[in-house]
Amino acid sequence: MASRRVKFTYTAALIPDPVIYELGKRFPIVTNIRRADVRETFGWVILEMIGDDADIDRGLEWVRGKGIRVDPAGGDVVEG
Amino acid sequence: MSFVKCLHCRECGREYPIEPLNACDFCFGPLEVRYDYDAMARAISRERIQKGPLTLWRYIDLLPVEGTEVVDLGTGFTPLLKAKRLGKLLGLDNLYLKNDAVNPTYSFKDRVVAIASTKALEFEFDTLACASTGNLAGAVAAHAARAGMKSFIFVPADLEQGKMVGAAIYGPTLVAVKGNYDEVNRLCSELADLYRWAFVNINMRPYYAEGSKTLGYEVAEQLGWRAPDHAIVPSASGSLFTKIWKGFNEFSDLGLMGPTRTRMHCAQAEGCSPIVTAWKNGWDVVRPVRPKTIAKSLAIGNPADGFYAVKTIRNTGGTGVSVPEEQVVEGIRLLAETEGIFTETAGGVVISALKDLAQRGVIKRDEVTVAYVTGNGLKTQEAVMGLLRPLTIDPNVNAFQQAMGGR
Ligand SMILES: Cc1ncc(COP(=O)(O)O)c(C=O)c1O
Ligand SMILES: [Zn+2]
Repeated sequence: MASRRVKFTYTAALIPDPVIYELGKRFPIVTNIRRADVRETFGWVILEMIGDDADIDRGLEWVRGKGIRVDPAGGDVVEG
Repeated sequence: MSFVKCLHCRECGREYPIEPLNACDFCFGPLEVRYDYDAMARAISRERIQKGPLTLWRYIDLLPVEGTEVVDLGTGFTPLLKAKRLGKLLGLDNLYLKNDAVNPTYSFKDRVVAIASTKALEFEFDTLACASTGNLAGAVAAHAARAGMKSFIFVPADLEQGKMVGAAIYGPTLVAVKGNYDEVNRLCSELADLYRWAFVNINMRPYYAEGSKTLGYEVAEQLGWRAPDHAIVPSASGSLFTKIWKGFNEFSDLGLMGPTRTRMHCAQAEGCSPIVTAWKNGWDVVRPVRPKTIAKSLAIGNPADGFYAVKTIRNTGGTGVSVPEEQVVEGIRLLAETEGIFTETAGGVVISALKDLAQRGVIKRDEVTVAYVTGNGLKTQEAVMGLLRPLTIDPNVNAFQQAMGGR
């Protein structure tokens, strides 16, 4: 079992989609939202994903395919 | 003995012990060091600081390290130079340059790594690690060598060889990762979980980041114990920017100088300016971007401290400046030709931002202004190769005079 902390960033058009709910139904992944801020025009959600590494990867690929940006929750670690 | 109390979450306030930790288990917010400022205020004084070494360790009482066994390469207390010629050109009578390009590995990253490596020894790690495209790699490898630690440096496989050399020479295990920026990011986060290493900007990040406060302290001390009216700072993750502000304020709050009224200006290159974009649009969230900029040292698309940087701009009456890509080299050249300082692209961004702020009248003629030059030009020579146009002549006087004829 692996756990990954990620941040989803959405634009307005995607906000009504129940993406996180669907993610948990389509893939054997447990999602756990820790913090979120969803506005009229834009939103982000920080969550933990628990499951097999490969399932998490596939789940995130599907999320990206929906047009959602996926980043590490703590910010980028590759520095100048 | 330090004045450190605990770590606390910047989002939900939960407290954590002083351990190699960077995120709140509850909300995943970033952790920051909390101090006992009352006790610190009783112990600290200008005299005590002035009696300290001419390095950043003169501020040891304000830093999160315990003993006196510090990893010391002589980092810090770099020159603050009055910039008369550049100032004249820009119509500024009180312009100063903080030249942090002359640190041991030629960038301000020596400050953060000095603290991270010292803390790593305290926690009894034997290995220091980082993922970097340049400055951080050199700083980590050098400090590990100095401390007798092992080091692992992860770089993208397509990094210029010249940049790898700046780290490789210190004898780390240099790992070139095939894959894009996101993949390198992801791999390093996973490795940080798997291995018992001090990953300087992951599990050491709360301590690491405090090192940047010393760029606030030093400037205040060098200005004669006062904060400037304006500070212009290059930003990637946004950490340096917020910590310079924190440094000024700690000096004020500890009674070492009067109140801080500095307007903090955040400089980014247009091709990677998520913080400036958020500020310009009045967002209080930073939307990640895919970096595409000549200023590689500032190319962080998903800045860990972006939100706090935007808040700092707003709270201080500062501004954000995104410098057009073609003006980055202009800034490098302007600084070199007017003041004799060769900076890398991050410094080019700062000088071009400074010029813009002066021209728009955001900075007034008599206001005390500090531009932070955080890295050395020898590191990004490829950016300025186009400026190289020597007069090539045959070895005789006639040829020289002929070549000069056109001048
Ligand atoms: C030369 C230079 N200046 C400034 C910065 C910005 O630092 P921060 O990530 O704290 O915003 C970096 C970071 O990589 C850098 O290498
Ligand atoms: Zn928290």
